[in-house]
Amino acid sequence: MKFAVLIIEGPYQHQASDSAYHFTHAALKKGHEITGIFFYNDGVYNATSLMTPPQDDRHISKRWSELIQQYKIDSIACVAAAKRRGITESNLAAGTRISGLGQLTELGINADRLITFGD
Amino acid sequence: MADENIPGDEDAGGEEKVKFLFIFKKAPHGTIYPYEGLEVILIMAAYEQEITAAFVDDGVYCLKKGQDTTGLGIKEFAKTFKVLEPYGVEHLYVDRASLEARGLTEEDMVAGVEVVEAEEIAAVISVQKVVLPF
Repeated sequence: MKFAVLIIEGPYQHQASDSAYHFTHAALKKGHEITGIFFYNDGVYNATSLMTPPQDDRHISKRWSELIQQYKIDSIACVAAAKRRGITESNLAAGTRISGLGQLTELGINADRLITFGD
Repeated sequence: MADENIPGDEDAGGEEKVKFLFIFKKAPHGTIYPYEGLEVILIMAAYEQEITAAFVDDGVYCLKKGQDTTGLGIKEFAKTFKVLEPYGVEHLYVDRASLEARGLTEEDMVAGVEVVEAEEIAAVISVQKVVLPF
């Protein structure tokens, strides 16, 4: 199945990003396709390269970057949401690009299921 | 948002429209969810899909008449919900039980909404391809 993933919560504060990560990982392991990951609302904070969590904690943006690059997933942070929150090309985690909400629309149209992680 | 890529007619290809439902669950202010949800609708409208919006729980306050955000210092975006029809959003469903639980009636809502039972909203959800909660 072709899944698209929408994440609308920031890292650490909320479990949504963790759940999305584990879902994405499990779906890929099962042989499903992830057509795209879209970060929106505070979700764009998952794609900052500036986070430095304690060493005994998971590194959320690094973990996403590694998965995205390993499986060559199209990962997008919404430009409008990112601009509001100070996420720019200069502090964007590897593997994610900044683009518009049109990309979210395309994911909704083309994936079998678009799954939202957030409240 | 000027850098959005809007698909041209060649991309439409006469294909069936995809049904998108936005469910607004939260009050218009206090969190940014409804506002950024509205921004998705405004962009998505350019793609000429079938967009519907439903308002449940505190989301019904998004459609409350006579809002004044002057004291908040935050943009009054609720009025934009009233003018979504030109954007191709033909239905604004409001959950009757959510209204009643908050002491509101249809008269408290802006014009053009459809107050329906939860079962009707469930039926609307069941025919969507994509459901986006905000």
